[in-house]
Amino acid sequence: MALDRWIALVLLGVCLAYGYAAWFTMDSGLAPFMRRNPIWPSTFPKVLSVLGIVASLIILLGLEKGEEKELDIDYRRLGDYHLGQALMLLALMVAYALCLRPLGFIFSTSAFLILGSFILGERKWHIMVPIALFATLVVWYLVQQVLGIYLRPLPGFIGG
Amino acid sequence: MLEGLLIGLQTALSVQNLLMVIGGCLIGTFIGMLPGLGPMSIIAIMIPVAISMGDPSAALILLAGVYYGAIFGGSTSSILLNAPGVAGTVASSFDGYPMAKSGKAGKALTIAAIASFAGGSVGALLLMIFAPALSSVALLFHSAEYFALMVVGLSAIAAFAGTGQVAKALMMTVLGLIMATVGEGALFNMPRFTMGIMDLQSGFGFITLAMAMFALPEALFLVLKPKEMGGGNDGEIKDLRISRSEARAIAPVIGRQSLQGFFIGVLPGAGATIASFLGYAVERNIAPKAEQEEFGKGSIKGLAAPETANNAACTGSFVPLLTLGIPGSGTTAILLGALIALNVTPGPRLMIDEPQIFWAVIMSMFIGNLVLLILNLPLIPYIAKVLSVPRNYLIPFILFFTLMGAYIGQNNATELLLLVGFGVCATALRFADYPLAPLLIGFILGGMLEDNFSRSMQLYDGVAFIWERPMTLGLLAIALLLVVLPSYRARRARARAEGVADGD
Repeated sequence: MALDRWIALVLLGVCLAYGYAAWFTMDSGLAPFMRRNPIWPSTFPKVLSVLGIVASLIILLGLEKGEEKELDIDYRRLGDYHLGQALMLLALMVAYALCLRPLGFIFSTSAFLILGSFILGERKWHIMVPIALFATLVVWYLVQQVLGIYLRPLPGFIGG
Repeated sequence: MLEGLLIGLQTALSVQNLLMVIGGCLIGTFIGMLPGLGPMSIIAIMIPVAISMGDPSAALILLAGVYYGAIFGGSTSSILLNAPGVAGTVASSFDGYPMAKSGKAGKALTIAAIASFAGGSVGALLLMIFAPALSSVALLFHSAEYFALMVVGLSAIAAFAGTGQVAKALMMTVLGLIMATVGEGALFNMPRFTMGIMDLQSGFGFITLAMAMFALPEALFLVLKPKEMGGGNDGEIKDLRISRSEARAIAPVIGRQSLQGFFIGVLPGAGATIASFLGYAVERNIAPKAEQEEFGKGSIKGLAAPETANNAACTGSFVPLLTLGIPGSGTTAILLGALIALNVTPGPRLMIDEPQIFWAVIMSMFIGNLVLLILNLPLIPYIAKVLSVPRNYLIPFILFFTLMGAYIGQNNATELLLLVGFGVCATALRFADYPLAPLLIGFILGGMLEDNFSRSMQLYDGVAFIWERPMTLGLLAIALLLVVLPSYRARRARARAEGVADGD
């Protein structure tokens, strides 16, 4: 089964769960006076769940045939591409999300930029480090001073 | 109208807004040139900046400037490197790249700039004429018609998705609508589908979703499969002049394609890509036999046609946004989201309630096109240097800006995790050839669609509004036709093709 139909299967599951919530569980908490309304909070979701189930079934059962298209990236040969780099960058982004508050903006961001280019294969530390530090400080200045959005610059334990 | 024009000029010509146009065009050109980064990603990245400015006209002017800049930058990289940064400029590389290869890069860029300028300006002129007319009609609409109109818009997007894609586009639209119902709606004062998670109480962040759908997958694609850069003739852009006979040859092409491109752009779901391909095909077909041979080998007409059409279509796509508040493309959907965040609701009332925004945007289109022609064109040889920035530095910065955009919108680190999660899902969806723009359009329209639906349900005490209002019924019938027709035609064509095969 091709990837698009697997995804349709997952989406069918999502729509079924959503539909279950809309049709059976949501209305239990509805106040009695609201039940006299022609429209309930669950009305629109009910319609959507039916549409979603129909559309995912059409894809899943292959009722609509399209011609094979030449795609930018063939997912069957993912190993041929730089998959490791992409996964490591994603992990780095998660790490950045977790570190941004506790470690402060300046440290996390410069580390992110340096490690990001390191993962992509850059080894010229004497260019990488100054660029990352400079960019971090410029962005921090712009966001903090010009846009006026608070970003904690330093790690929490230093008192940033 | 004259009064409106003057208000618009007054707003657009303020120093701040002029700087916005110029800055937006330059940033757009800069980033649009990078292969793989389309206008949607750039606008998504710029939104936090625009929103924090607080002034809706300045924000919209900036974002619109970024939009044309990105399209122009995309054509530059198509011409110089045969690596289109934007889907709408793929057709420009058919004739632009052969011209650059034969040493006429400067001339090709000039033709592209003039064609873009003319397409954009004619488009803005038509927008000025059609938008007021359309919005005075739209003022007669009730919520029932609005609901039906949005359904038509959403189904048109699915219908234009291409063969074999209708169900997928429909699925993505429904998924976007489903995601829009998460959180606490204004209408019912109760949280829905939050699964008890506090962070979902206010729904998914629109900027987060826009970044996750466009910027992140594009950056990941650049990592997975580095596009070959270079191979063009770098640094040798000279001789930007075109001769009088060349100007005479492309003038009728530009005239035709400005009109055609604009009207294609107005249709929801069509947009710059279809306009540019169609423009190229039409001009090739109506050209004299001798010139037809030249198409694909460096014909100036073949370059002028898609360039004019895609810019006119970009302007055309503002018509449904500004008059009905219904976005027809991913880019205008993002603009709509930004406007809503700035507490402006585009729609027929926009022109009456806040004429300065409406007219300033139109005026800034003229200014933006002029900026592209007289400021960007001479700077292109220098801006093109950005193409030689190594991707090892570029990609971490793109990722960082997507993260920053999601973070400063909400000031919440959970949003970053959501961004990465959605980004991975979006990348998987792109692997499987699911279109992502419908998802975002559905997400943005979801709230309005439900509001209008609920209001008409309440007014008519049930679904009676569907058959008691003929216009609603008509619009819904059109929506149904739009969805069913493409698959019916494809089926018939296939049946006929099989029949022919049997006969042989």
